[in-house]
Order: sequence, then C-alpha cells, then structure tokens
Amino acid sequence: MWTAWMIAVRFLRDGRGQTILILFGITIGVAVIVFVTALISGLQANIIARTLGTQAHITLHAPDEVNHIAPAGDITRLTLEDPRPQRLRSINNWQHMRDLLDTDPMLDAVSPLVSGPAFAQRGNARRSVALIGMDPERYLRVIPVDRDMVAGRFQPAADKVVIGHRLATELGLRPGDRLRIDAGNGRTATVDISGIFELGVRELDERYVYMDLKQVQTLIDLPGGVTTIDLTVADIFDADAIAARIGGLTGLKSESWMETNAQLMNALAAQRLSTRMISFFVAVSVAFGIASVLSVSVVQRTRQIGILRAMGAGQRQMLLVFVLQGALLGMIGAITGSICGVLLIASFDTFGPGLFEVSVTPGLIAATMVLATTVGALAASQPARRAARLDPVTAIRNG
Amino acid sequence: MAEAGDFNSADEVLRLEGIGKSYNLGLPTEAEVLHGIDLALTRGDFAALVGPSGSGKSTLLNLIGLLDRPTRGRIQLLGEPTAEMSDAELTARRATTIGFVFQFHHLIPAFTALENVLMPHMLRRGRPNPEASAWARQLLTDVGLAAQIDRYPDQLSGGQQQRVAIARALAARPALLLADEPTGNLDTVTADGVFELLRRFNRTFGCAVLVVTHDPRLSARCDRVIELVDGRIVRDERHAAADN
Repeated sequence: MWTAWMIAVRFLRDGRGQTILILFGITIGVAVIVFVTALISGLQANIIARTLGTQAHITLHAPDEVNHIAPAGDITRLTLEDPRPQRLRSINNWQHMRDLLDTDPMLDAVSPLVSGPAFAQRGNARRSVALIGMDPERYLRVIPVDRDMVAGRFQPAADKVVIGHRLATELGLRPGDRLRIDAGNGRTATVDISGIFELGVRELDERYVYMDLKQVQTLIDLPGGVTTIDLTVADIFDADAIAARIGGLTGLKSESWMETNAQLMNALAAQRLSTRMISFFVAVSVAFGIASVLSVSVVQRTRQIGILRAMGAGQRQMLLVFVLQGALLGMIGAITGSICGVLLIASFDTFGPGLFEVSVTPGLIAATMVLATTVGALAASQPARRAARLDPVTAIRNG
Repeated sequence: MAEAGDFNSADEVLRLEGIGKSYNLGLPTEAEVLHGIDLALTRGDFAALVGPSGSGKSTLLNLIGLLDRPTRGRIQLLGEPTAEMSDAELTARRATTIGFVFQFHHLIPAFTALENVLMPHMLRRGRPNPEASAWARQLLTDVGLAAQIDRYPDQLSGGQQQRVAIARALAARPALLLADEPTGNLDTVTADGVFELLRRFNRTFGCAVLVVTHDPRLSARCDRVIELVDGRIVRDERHAAADN
C-alpha cells in the first residue's frame, strides 16, 4: 500500500501539466456543486423558516362530525345525505392528551388552544377577528410572537389582549386602549390592549386576537374545552410521519405543515431534484475527465508499468497505483473546489441580493469530499484495470 | 529441494528441458520460435547468449526470466519446477531470484537513482528499512555513482543510467542476472565499464549472469558462449575468457 501510494503520488507529480489541468477541471466541478447545493438549501431553509415562523408543525383537531348510517343487512338502498355542519367542538380529555404528548421525545412543544370567530368593535368600526385563547408560555414555544412585538408586551391575561398591527391601525388602537369583543352569541367582553405584534403575514396581522384561555372558552361557549393542540417537532421533515402516528394514537384529526403547504413542498422537492441533477451531471463530467487523463497516462507509462511488473509488482499493486491516482485527484480537487465554493458563497453573501444568508455546512464539505474521492477512484478503475492487465513482455517491448 | 532430481548439482540456478515456444497457437500463422532447448546455468556462470536477429534470443530470455511461459518443456528455477506456479507466484520469484538489465535502462523517470534501486524492495516489502537503504547506497557506490544518488534519470548520462539499472537488478541479491544487450547503446569505453561491473558482481556475489549480446568483443570475454540459430542451440562451449 505504501509503495502503491508513493508511486501514485510520483506519477501525478511527474505528469505535472496533466495533473494541474485535470485538477483545475475537478475544482470547477466541485465548486459548482458546493455553491449550487448551499445556495438552494439556504434558499429552502429560508422559505421554510418564514413559513413555519407563523405555523405549528402539526395541528390536532377534534375529528369531523359525520352521519352514521345504521347497517341494514343484505339489501340495496339509496341514501340522500346532507353533510353535517362542523360546529366548534372541544377535544375530549385534552388535559390528559397534553400530558401524554409532553412525554413524546419527538415533540419539542405542545400547546393546547381554543379559537373561535368574533367581532372586534371600537366606536362604530367593526372587524371580524379570530380569538385565540392559550397558555402564553406554551404557545410562545410554537410561534414566538414575543419576538415580533411592535408595541407593548405579549402578556395576554384576563381582560388583556394582544392584537395584530393591521387590526390596530384599522381600529386606531394603541396599547392601553379599550376594545369590545362580540362573540356573536350574546356574549361580549371589554378588554385592554396590552401589546401589538407584526408577524408579517397579512391575514394574521389583521385577524389574530390573543386572549386568556378561560376568557375565550367563556366567550365562545366552550367552557373547559380546547379546539386545537399545536405541536412542534424536532425534525420538521419528520412532521408528516409524526402527524400520522399521533393521529392514529389519539384518534384526532392531525395535519402536518407539509400537508397544509403541499404546493410549497412540491416546489421545494422539484428544486432539490434539479440541484441533484446538476450535481450528478457535473460529477459525471468530472469522472470522464479523470478517466481520460488516467487512460492517457496508462498509455504513456506502458513501458514503465511493464518494468515495474518485471521487477515484481503484482497486478493488484498496479491496479492500486492508478485507483489511488484517481482518488487523490478527486480528493485534492474536492479540497480546492470546496475552498472556491466557499469563496463564491462568501462573495454571494457580500455582493448578492442579500435576501437571505447562504452558509456552507461542514456536512456538505465532507459529503463533497467523499463524493469526489469515490468518483475519482471509480473513474480510475477502468484505466487501472488496463494497467494491471498489461503483459510485462509486450509492455516493455512495445511501450 | 530434496526432490530436485539427482542430476541437479547444488549450484544449479536454472535448468531448461526440452523448451519449445510457439506463437499464434492454433492459427494458420502458428510459428514455433524455439525448438527443444536444453540448458543449465550454475552459480558461477558468466555466459553470453549470441545469435543472429530472429534466432529467438529475446524469447528465450523472457522464458528464463519467467516473464512468459513455454509452450512445452520444463523450467526449473533453483530446483523448483515453475510450470505449476500461479502468476502471483511467478511475480514473487521474479522479484526475489532474478535481476533484469535491459538494453535501454528502463529506469522509472519519476524516481531518483536511489529510489529506482530500492524499487524491487519497495514493491515487495513496502517502505524501505535502513538496511535496505544502506545496501542500495552501497550498490550505487559500487557502480561509481555515490555522488549521483539523488539525481533523477534524466539528469544522468546513458552509461550512468545503465549502471543504476545494474545496481537495481542486483538489489534483491538475485541468484540469476539477465542482461539483454546491456551495452547496446553505449560507446565502447562506457560499455567496457558496464561489462566489468557485471563481471565483478558475478565473482563477488556468485550470481549466474546471462548476457544477450551482438558484440563479439563482449562474448569473447565471457566464460561460456551459447549460440542460438533458428531456435536451436548450435554451440555451447566454455572457454577461458580473455581477461580471466
């Protein structure tokens, strides 16, 4: 092994011109792969972070109400069925379920909340809003609204609410002002504004009114109940699987962010696929480059290979010499290429549009190294086999 | 080597019995190059293999050097029959028992003189130990290249390169040294020096030397002359060499 390694290194050094040329090619290839991969994953991470900044990863609801049709034995029947309206219902036994979900190691946060429609009224101005009653400590672990406060503080309590900045503008409200909430069923409440948030999503900034859990329960006639349990998971791409599992376990209707944002997921998947295609074809062309350079090298060194064989080099040793050359080319190219890729990304972050930050992870660099080294060794295998099979006598005579 | 046969003397390095070699077997162009060669070489032998072009000298040398296999006949190296050996075993024998010197030096240009001499050792054992390095330096000093040890082949003259090649051939302390026109592309003074070296190593190491040569001046200085014509040995005589 030591000898094969040394011969491989010397052969590469001896054919300096060729080596530098092919290294240049590999460097460009690796730099492109690193840059494109980092760019796309940076972009995707950014999109996902923005999407999930205002959404739970998984939401649990009480199951839909459906009509139950009594079994009627062996007869054919025609049914005229009106789907049932879905009234606000509480999740049964939600305290127990919350405690159970708290022990699930795949979940980062569990936040039960009650939500229902209402009108917000100030003077003659009325707006339709969504009341959200929750436990602030739990809720902030799902959606950190406290980071997006523009006025006051996020402290919903009895008769104290937090509203979005659009609603505040439309109703001319500031912290400390009073607001009348009408739940539409004869129940009303007059509350103080304790804070104003801006999540950056129009719908939420216009409609969300964060309140005390108990007060919302009373307002929408759901004493002691919650309508939704919001969950966050450790690995966001596991959300689908975890949602299905929890849905099956609890019998609740569970929906992951991936379902809610199916179109986004599709777009991200297509983007990832195209990144992989680019990487694949760049890797293939790098492989062809390495293979052709080593093929030429085998032809050029036919006589030397013959001499080495005559002096006692085994077929495996010759094979190793050329496979190592391929692997070395791949590895060195991966190092220089990664450096170039990182520089490219740094200049993108500095001089680019600046919409989002692209960063290179050590994992990406490591994966590229392994990929390039493997591709190099694989590309070298064909020329290496030819070198190993050379008959020493003919090689010396005709080389 | 107990079963080596009663006709083998302890000094015998190589024995060929009824060796034949054909090319293009089974094709209309089949041609037999060697017809039933019998030959034995012993440790002290310093033999010249002569003959016109196309007489089969190189073919015979390749067979003796285990670079090729005969179509028929038996080859024994140090009393061991080689016919049954695998390619890997032949490679190992080649590395430990036989040294080659070619007409063109065939040094590996990417390595220094010292590394070229160490190459057979490195191919077999990997990283050279201090003894191997010392021995290689000694050999290079013996061939008069003490000052050129770290030069690359393209920084050496033709005669110097051929001397490195001889040192390399001797590095594994072979029992048999095969030289194919070792002085073919050297001027007469340089050629004499190279020949002297072979002579000296034959005497000091007691390794059998077989030199293929066209040069009658050279063959006249060998102890034994084997003449090959049309694939047959037509003369095999020992004589007191001119400088013996």
